[in-house]
Amino acid sequence: MSEFIYLYRGGGRPESPEDGERVMQAWMTWLQDLAAKGHMKDRGQPLEGEGKVVRGCNGNVTDGPFAEAKDLVGGYSVIEANDLEQAAQLARGCPIFERGGVVEVRPVMKM
Amino acid sequence: MQPDEHLFKSEWGRLVTALTRIFGLDNLALAEDVVQDVFCRAVEVWKLRGIPENPSAWLMTSAKNRAIDLLRRERKARSLVPDLRRQFESEWTLVPTVAQFFTSDVMEDDRLRMMFSCCDPALAAQTQVALMLNLLCGFSVAEIANAFLTKYKAMEKRIARGKAALAESKTLFDFDDEELPARLDAVHRAIYLLFNEGYHSSSAPDAVRTELCREAMRLGRLIANNGRLATAQTYALCALMWLSAARLPGRLDAAGELLALADQDRALWDQDLIAQGTAFLERSAVGPQASTYHWEAAIACLHARTEDWRDTDWGKLVWLYDQLLQINSSPVVALNRAIAVGYRDGPRHGIEAIESIPHGERLERYPFLPAALGEFELAAGCPPAARRHFEHALSLARTPLEQRFLERRVRAAADRSVQSEIVDRIVSANERAR
Repeated sequence: MSEFIYLYRGGGRPESPEDGERVMQAWMTWLQDLAAKGHMKDRGQPLEGEGKVVRGCNGNVTDGPFAEAKDLVGGYSVIEANDLEQAAQLARGCPIFERGGVVEVRPVMKM
Repeated sequence: MQPDEHLFKSEWGRLVTALTRIFGLDNLALAEDVVQDVFCRAVEVWKLRGIPENPSAWLMTSAKNRAIDLLRRERKARSLVPDLRRQFESEWTLVPTVAQFFTSDVMEDDRLRMMFSCCDPALAAQTQVALMLNLLCGFSVAEIANAFLTKYKAMEKRIARGKAALAESKTLFDFDDEELPARLDAVHRAIYLLFNEGYHSSSAPDAVRTELCREAMRLGRLIANNGRLATAQTYALCALMWLSAARLPGRLDAAGELLALADQDRALWDQDLIAQGTAFLERSAVGPQASTYHWEAAIACLHARTEDWRDTDWGKLVWLYDQLLQINSSPVVALNRAIAVGYRDGPRHGIEAIESIPHGERLERYPFLPAALGEFELAAGCPPAARRHFEHALSLARTPLEQRFLERRVRAAADRSVQSEIVDRIVSANERAR
C-alpha cells in the first residue's frame, strides 16, 4: 500500500439547512466507506479560507493566498491505496463534485 | 456519532431567534447570514472530523462567538436594539449580555415571541405560515414553495415581503402587549393551517406532508409547554393534531396506496400519540367556550379510540359534527356529517343527507363528495350508480394517490355490477326454466 493525499479544492457552500444536512451526510457516508475498506489513513483537516503567505526570510508576509474560490484548498485527507490509479478511482465517489469542486490526488513521496 | 437527520433545520430557528434578539428584528437578515455562516463552517469541519458529541452546543458556541466578534467590530457602525447598545459598548458587559440570550429558557421564550411576530395580523395567513416555516423550522424557500405547490419566485417574494414587514417592528412581539389574546388566536390558526396543509394537502408528496405535520406539532407543543400563554384552545389544538397524527401510519397500505378509514389497520395507529392527544383533550376541557379545535379534536378522538371501524359510535359522531357545524360551517364538515348520518341510518339516508348539504355546489370540485355517494350506492346495492359516481370522483382527483384510490373504487363497482348482472341472469334463467 502507498499513501496519497487528497486535496479538496472548491466546492461551494450549502444553500439551506436541509442542503447542509445533505452535504454532510454525503461526505460522512463516503469517508466511512473509504475507512471501512481500509483506505483511510487520516481523515485530515478542514482549512480556513484565509491565511498569510510568507515569501522569503526577510519578513515579506502578505495576506492570502486569495486564490479563486474554485481553486482554494478547503481541506485534505490522507489515504492508502495500491497505486495512483486506484487512489484516483476511489476519489470518484467524493461528494465535492456535486458542487463543482475537484479532488487533487497526490502520491506521498516514498523514502 | 451519527447526525440527527434534521439537526440543522431544528437548530436554525433557535439560533436565528437568539441572534435577532441581539441584533434587533430590523437586522433579521444579518442574523440569518450569521447562522448560515455557522452552519457552513460546521459542515466543513464535521464532514472531515466527524460530528462532535454535542452538536447543538457546538453550533450555539459558534453562533455566540460570531455574534461577539461582530458586535466588537461594528460597535459603532450598526444600529442595534437601543436598550442593549450600552451593554454592547463596554467589553465588561458585552460577553455576559450576549451569553444570556443563549440560555435555554431565554431561547425558548424568544422562539415563542418570534412565532407571535410572524403572525402579525397585517400579513396574509399563508405568509404567516411561510415565515414560521422559514424562520422557526429552517425550511428553505424552495422547500416551502414545494410544500404549497407555489412557484419558487412567488414564494420568495411572499417571504421577502413578510420579512420586510417584520423588520419594521425592530423588536420581537412582547407578551405584555394587550394584543396578546388576538395574536394567540392568529398563532393557533397558523399552526392549524400548517398542520392541515400536511394532513389533508392534495399537493405535497407524502414525506413533506408528514414533515409539515411534525413541525406544526412542534410549534404547538412550544405554546402548550408555556404555562403563561397556553389556553384551553391551545390544548384543544394540540389534542386535534396529536389524535390525527396518530392515524397517519395507517393511511397508506404496504404498497403506499391510500386506504379508506374503514380499511385501515388500526393496530398501526400510534398509541403513544393517542394517549398524549387524549391527555391534551382532557386539559382543554376548561373555560366556557368550546372552539372548533375542541370539536375537531373530539371527533379525532372518537375515531382514534375506536378499535374496530364497525364499532364506531355514528350517533355520537353526528352529534359532534352538529356542534362543529354551529361554529364552523365548512362544506367539508357538512359532508363528513352527512357520511356519518349514512352510517348511522343507512345508505339511502346518507345519500339524501349529502344531496341536501347547504351550498353543496361549493364542493363540486371535491372528489370525495361523489366518492361518498358511490360508497352509499354500493352499500344500497346499486353498483351501476356507484360506478358513475366513482368515475365522476376520478375525474376530479387531484393527486396520483387519489387517482389510483378512486380507480380501485371504480373497478370495485364495475366488478360488483358484473357480479349482479350474472346473478340476475341466473335468476331469470331459473325462472324461465320453471
